[in-house]
Amino acid sequence: MINTKDILETINMIKDENLDVRTITMGISLYDCAGDDINVVCDRIYDKITTSAENLVSVGCDIEKEYGIPIINKRVSVTPISMVGGRYTPDDYVKIAKTLDRAAHTLGINFIGGYGALVQKGFTNNARNLIMSIPEALSVTERVCSSVNVASSKAGINMDAVALMGKIIKETAYLTRDNQSIGCAKLVVFANVPEDNPFMAGAFHGVGEAEKVVSVGVSGPGVVSSAIKRAGQCDFTELAEIIKKTAFKITRMGQLVANEASRRLDVPFGIVDLSLAPTPAVGDSVAHILENMGIERCGGHGTTAALALLNDAVKKGGVMASSRVGGLSGAFIPVSEDAGMIDAVECGALSLEKLEAMTAVCSVGLDMIAIPGDTSEAVICGIIADEISIGVANTKTTAVRVIPAYGKGVGDSVEFGGLLGYAPIMKLSNYTCEDFIARGGHIPAPIHSLKN
Amino acid sequence: MKAVVTVVGHDAKGIIAKVSSKCAERGGNIVEISQSVLKEYFAMIMVIEVNDITVPFATLVEELAELGRENGLDIRAMHEDIFNSMHRI
Repeated sequence: MINTKDILETINMIKDENLDVRTITMGISLYDCAGDDINVVCDRIYDKITTSAENLVSVGCDIEKEYGIPIINKRVSVTPISMVGGRYTPDDYVKIAKTLDRAAHTLGINFIGGYGALVQKGFTNNARNLIMSIPEALSVTERVCSSVNVASSKAGINMDAVALMGKIIKETAYLTRDNQSIGCAKLVVFANVPEDNPFMAGAFHGVGEAEKVVSVGVSGPGVVSSAIKRAGQCDFTELAEIIKKTAFKITRMGQLVANEASRRLDVPFGIVDLSLAPTPAVGDSVAHILENMGIERCGGHGTTAALALLNDAVKKGGVMASSRVGGLSGAFIPVSEDAGMIDAVECGALSLEKLEAMTAVCSVGLDMIAIPGDTSEAVICGIIADEISIGVANTKTTAVRVIPAYGKGVGDSVEFGGLLGYAPIMKLSNYTCEDFIARGGHIPAPIHSLKN
Repeated sequence: MKAVVTVVGHDAKGIIAKVSSKCAERGGNIVEISQSVLKEYFAMIMVIEVNDITVPFATLVEELAELGRENGLDIRAMHEDIFNSMHRI
């Protein structure tokens, strides 16, 4: 028989420590939906998504019940829409966005990702038209998520794309101003974007992926946090061991759910994403893990080291537990989606500068950060360029998801509700970088030797 | 398939009887059972064979949870693979 202690440990993780599978995401290729007539293309896209993922939600719910493990989200990611062949105008792309939204409603999923483009080296006409359509697309849809990759360690940084994204983010904030600029919460600017990420808002079905795949994103900051708390004042070697063992257990559960979902949906298994993804719920915070390690408040000195240790140990524990790992795999530090991060910002312990430093050692980047609504395009571009440079120079994924909340300033906050949470508006530097951004062109790829 | 049923809560008379008669009523076969009482808390773990149950497993899960709610207990029935995968290499 399975050990009583082990059984009760699992039950405790689910009941008291918020252990869950964060998402089952089905990736669907839309290459074969190409065509010249936009209405035909929209019909093909709708039909393909709704038939491919017809049973996604019901299978997710069945697994949830049988295994007793909560599966929070069931989602779909698609081929970057700018790569679905045809000649489309920005208005045509908005039609496709509405189609994706309609498909998401039909399936009963809360987000659909892939409304995006890869422009790290340059723009195709389609990519430019799609990007131009993003503000409207995000303002007339509810569940569509968009991402644009503007840089990679091999291609360098497309600064024209960075400049364009500053404008697009501002426009999106304006067009969704009646809803606290929520459009920006569904728009991510990436460097080195992973092509198999199951987490929103940056999920899409990569160019080298199979026709359909099922990937799983695990979670469990609460479980790691409790394990560290129980361990007391141990040394770092032991601390790393505890995190590894906990990550192993969490990931094994994710792998089991992924295998089961793949079998029941008759769709190949893609990857397990080993991310520690927080939610605004009490006891589900990455910031609290760092605080349990001994940092008084997340953002204080020592935070970056603590996060580096956490991120590395999570990956080491998770890799052995899964047959195939991918996606963003690491600790997420979204401000609005993490109760501990929100508290740290509100009490002044955590600044944007410290968050930027933290992103050099963990997954993703400046995520779900609300900034003043009157922030200039150039400053937003500067934030993007800084963050993207960290990713490009360190050969890792980084991303920016900032919300210039229309009509709000430092001291105010935005409340999105649900998983997207609540965010105090953060203070930015008063100095501009307008002349720097106005140069345009390309920042060359960094040299990968002479690493200093 | 085997399921692990866990019952956790304040100790009260007749807990095992209630849970095992619900399982029997639905055609589940108890293959292992262990219980412990720590101070006033009660924890019971039961492994049941559910291949021949008369309702879908998800229904049994819900019925047991409901029985728990009625008696102030936390009753969960879960596929045994979740424990095997998490705790065994």
